[in-house]
Amino acid sequence: MYDIEHLYEAKTVEEAVSLRLAYPDAVILAGGSDVLIKIRSGKLAGCDVISIYGIDALRGIHMEEDGTIVIGSLTSFSHITQDPIIEKNLRVLGEAVDKVGGPQIRAIGTIGGNTCNGVTSADSASTLLSYDAVVELTGPEGKRLLPLADFYLGPGKTDVREGEIQTSLRIPKESYEGHEGYYIKFGMRSAMEIATIGCSVNVALNDEKTALTDLRIAYGVAGPVPMRAKKTEEAFRTAELTCDTVKAIGESVLSDVHPRDSWRAPKNLREHLCRQMAEDALVMAVKRSGGVISGMPESDVPAKDFLDITMFPEAGLDPKEVAR
Amino acid sequence: MSVIGESVPRVDAYDKAAGRTKYVDDLCDPHALVAKVLHANVAHAYVKSIDTSKAKALPGVVGVYTCFDVPEQPFPTAGHPWSTEVEHQDVCDRHLLTRHVRYYGDDVAAVVAEDEVTAKRALKLIQVEYDVLPFVLDVQEAMKDGAPLLHKKYPHNILAHTTNYHGDVESAIKEPGLIRVEGWYDTPTVQHCHIENASCFAYMENGRITVCASTQIPHIVRRIVAQALGIDWGMVRIIKPYIGGGFGDKQDALYEPLCAWLSMQVGGRCVRLACTREETFENCRVRHAIRYHLISWVKPDGTLVARKAECFSNQGAYTSHGHGVNAKGMNSIPQLYPCPNVACDSYTVYTNRQPGGAMRGYGMPQVIFALESHTEDIARKLGLDSLAYRRKTLMPVGFVDGFSKNELYSDTFNEVLTVGEKAMDYENKHRLYENQTGRYRKGVGCAVFWYNTAVWPIALETSGCRMVLNQDGSPQVQVGETEIGQGADTAIAQMTADAVGVPLSKVHVISCQDTDVTPYGTGAYASRQTYVVGMAIRGCAEEFKRKILESAFEYTRMQPYLMDIRDGNIVRTTDNRVLMSLGEFALTRLYDREHNEHLTAEKSTQIKTNAYSFGCCFAQVEVDTKLCRVKVEKIVNVHDAGKIINPALARAQVQGGMSMGIGYALSECMLYDQKTGRLLNGNLLDYKLSTVMDHPHLEVHFVENPEPTSAFGTKSLGEPPVIPVAPAIRNAILNATGVALNALPMRPHQLYPAFKDAGLIEELPDENKEAQHV
Repeated sequence: MYDIEHLYEAKTVEEAVSLRLAYPDAVILAGGSDVLIKIRSGKLAGCDVISIYGIDALRGIHMEEDGTIVIGSLTSFSHITQDPIIEKNLRVLGEAVDKVGGPQIRAIGTIGGNTCNGVTSADSASTLLSYDAVVELTGPEGKRLLPLADFYLGPGKTDVREGEIQTSLRIPKESYEGHEGYYIKFGMRSAMEIATIGCSVNVALNDEKTALTDLRIAYGVAGPVPMRAKKTEEAFRTAELTCDTVKAIGESVLSDVHPRDSWRAPKNLREHLCRQMAEDALVMAVKRSGGVISGMPESDVPAKDFLDITMFPEAGLDPKEVAR
Repeated sequence: MSVIGESVPRVDAYDKAAGRTKYVDDLCDPHALVAKVLHANVAHAYVKSIDTSKAKALPGVVGVYTCFDVPEQPFPTAGHPWSTEVEHQDVCDRHLLTRHVRYYGDDVAAVVAEDEVTAKRALKLIQVEYDVLPFVLDVQEAMKDGAPLLHKKYPHNILAHTTNYHGDVESAIKEPGLIRVEGWYDTPTVQHCHIENASCFAYMENGRITVCASTQIPHIVRRIVAQALGIDWGMVRIIKPYIGGGFGDKQDALYEPLCAWLSMQVGGRCVRLACTREETFENCRVRHAIRYHLISWVKPDGTLVARKAECFSNQGAYTSHGHGVNAKGMNSIPQLYPCPNVACDSYTVYTNRQPGGAMRGYGMPQVIFALESHTEDIARKLGLDSLAYRRKTLMPVGFVDGFSKNELYSDTFNEVLTVGEKAMDYENKHRLYENQTGRYRKGVGCAVFWYNTAVWPIALETSGCRMVLNQDGSPQVQVGETEIGQGADTAIAQMTADAVGVPLSKVHVISCQDTDVTPYGTGAYASRQTYVVGMAIRGCAEEFKRKILESAFEYTRMQPYLMDIRDGNIVRTTDNRVLMSLGEFALTRLYDREHNEHLTAEKSTQIKTNAYSFGCCFAQVEVDTKLCRVKVEKIVNVHDAGKIINPALARAQVQGGMSMGIGYALSECMLYDQKTGRLLNGNLLDYKLSTVMDHPHLEVHFVENPEPTSAFGTKSLGEPPVIPVAPAIRNAILNATGVALNALPMRPHQLYPAFKDAGLIEELPDENKEAQHV
């Protein structure tokens, strides 16, 4: 039994905007996988809720004429993973959101909720950030666009203003065209997990596939909000693909990140993970782009099944055992 | 044909799969009042005062009760059989609500309200004033002079200190040429994480109190509720329906006494008290964290000359199962690896943490982690093959324990190790994986375990059984031993079918225990049930058959000793002729106008034996030395649990234990805030229970040496599977990386500094700088 004082349900964006204006203190509920937990735990007990869950117009993914990919804010994680536009142009996003929680959470959780709650560990956030995603908000004055990086104001705080709801996330064509990426989620177990560190790297390579022409590195949990490793990106944007580059990038990100010491993981472990995961995600992104890191022995290439949070996709009952 | 040894489907499978099975919450009256407990937000304090006026004024609140309202007499909670000897009785140190808060989350007040939201809102309106005291979380700190004292009767917070000494260690170690191996081994506090949280509801009927509870031990909870409330034991009725797992957490009285008392405060109305998952973590029981200090003196050929062991168990705030858990572990050390000179000391120490109780393995996963890690270290130090070393030093065939009279009748250890070695190809891999280089490294490891079956002679062993013959010749069987998800009812049905001589489909097991009508049995713990209820069923069936055959004389004219019941028929044993079906007999007899008889049998069976149960685990891991992750690639458990009643269910039982063992090894631990004593990760997101995605296929083998003392050749299997898993994984990581990890869980937090020390990971530049400054 949830301690909700009043529940208001919007069927259209316009209704949502007027409810937001009428009840400015009410909590916005999209999929509910965060809000209901906070109500249950007492943090939001007794709150008023505006549910936007019923606004079907905010579900789905399409591409605009200029190639911009538009993801409706209520689109669920499992929808994103299986969407053909994402699979073709932005597969790393589909893979990243496929690492959220478990199947039930991925079916209910939305990308809008995942970004609006402002948490640094959100699995969608680092990849969206690495692709320079743009947030669309709709309010009484109409639509407002701003870069995702500016949308985050602080831990748990995002720039959703009076009367507004987030309506979509937009990925410009130049962000994804010619790029390949890789997301690594590090957790303490292989499912039902929150990231200890999340790292999303994407690259573009020269025609010879011997050097970078673009490099973007984004993190979750490496700071109070999802963040980019800007200094490292600047320094290595057009670097040669060598073992030394990989190592130097790993060392360099340490000047960008500032993870916290907490009971969930100590600072030095998180820093080490930032370093190692940048290297690993870079190598994997280069590999996906058809590039080769010169001088890297095969034994040092990261093993995919260790990077993926899902270690045992074949796990479960042995069919032979069941048949017995 | 006997159904013993057949993988028949569970008797409750279809209803459970279809969602029809009723658990406590399904049975509760939807109009029941809701009780919620106010938990202290300090680790150690006296309650000065509680202001309940605002909470009481909230509409929908029926009553608010505090630690100043509850009965004065303290009570014990451990699910042990009662002892009539005062010195063997469990420590009485609990009140329904406490004025002396001893851990963060202790129960100080309770609300009864019309609904859950009102109850939760009322909790927030209760104002408690505390006299805050200093607190202590660590065992070694708690034993020091001047440490905060939890219970006045126990100086230095030591609940108990017991020893197991024989020979003369001090003289023996003077022998020249001995090699000394020493290690400290640490195990974490973990929780059972049964699917169904602790839950109960209580109501009064005709002046008596009934509690329907998710418990493993209904008859014991009856006694504890009566003790807590200060009423006659017969005034209490406990009903135990199907339950969603317990693993020992529900081998304790949890909130049943408080729920019963609250119902009595509100005129006997039905009151429901269901723990949330967070309360199950914070306010129920946990596995004791036990710290071991082991020192062994061995000859260069591995012969064990002397051994010292110190075992420090973190009891938490209240006694619950107390020292029994630690003592069991300690006493296994000289049994598993007999040694002429032994000095073992075990201390169980109160701290300001939630109480440790029973949990699957009862002290053995802890001690076996220490002992099997230590054994591997000894073999490594001596340059001996660790498997051969174990074969040489383990308990030999014919070993008899002086106290329990348990005997190793067969060559179990060699047999299970041979099966496991072959399944893993251990010897080859172990050699192959030594001295690897590179980022990813593989390793194999093994560990054995010791366990016994049931609790004799430490405590009473008894099991009751009743059989009733229905008109169609089907027997109903009712026992005190409980189905808690492990499949007990199915084993009971199979044993009954075999013992009475009827087809399995004819046996009706009454699953629910109701202390008003269920024969006395103490419940699910100590891996005892198949062993003890087997004896109860066999004894009762003998009586049941004797009565049937004596009555059958009237219709068959045959002497009872010339007849038997086979496959649901009364047969003449001299020529195997079927004389009449059991159904025909039952109908005739019940409605016989001359000599009517309702055929029943009931027998209470005392058990004065116990049985050793052994096995081993072989694990193969791959370690990512850079990302500090361990992947279990292959894992094999081999058990000698005697005769296996139902191989499919037994295999599932073992797999469940292996899963629990993998979590214990790699990810699970409860974390406490050093500044406040608060449990930090009491939920299923932050407590890293291992998932199916963390497991490879869980491979299970059985070696079946029937136990001579057992009615069906069985011995313990419920708890053992969890025991050897963590040290096997630890030894595999050692094989892979050369890094010996001596604390659980072996999660990245521990691997990172250990791999850094071993030179597998480069230091961070900052850390270098800091090191230079120092």
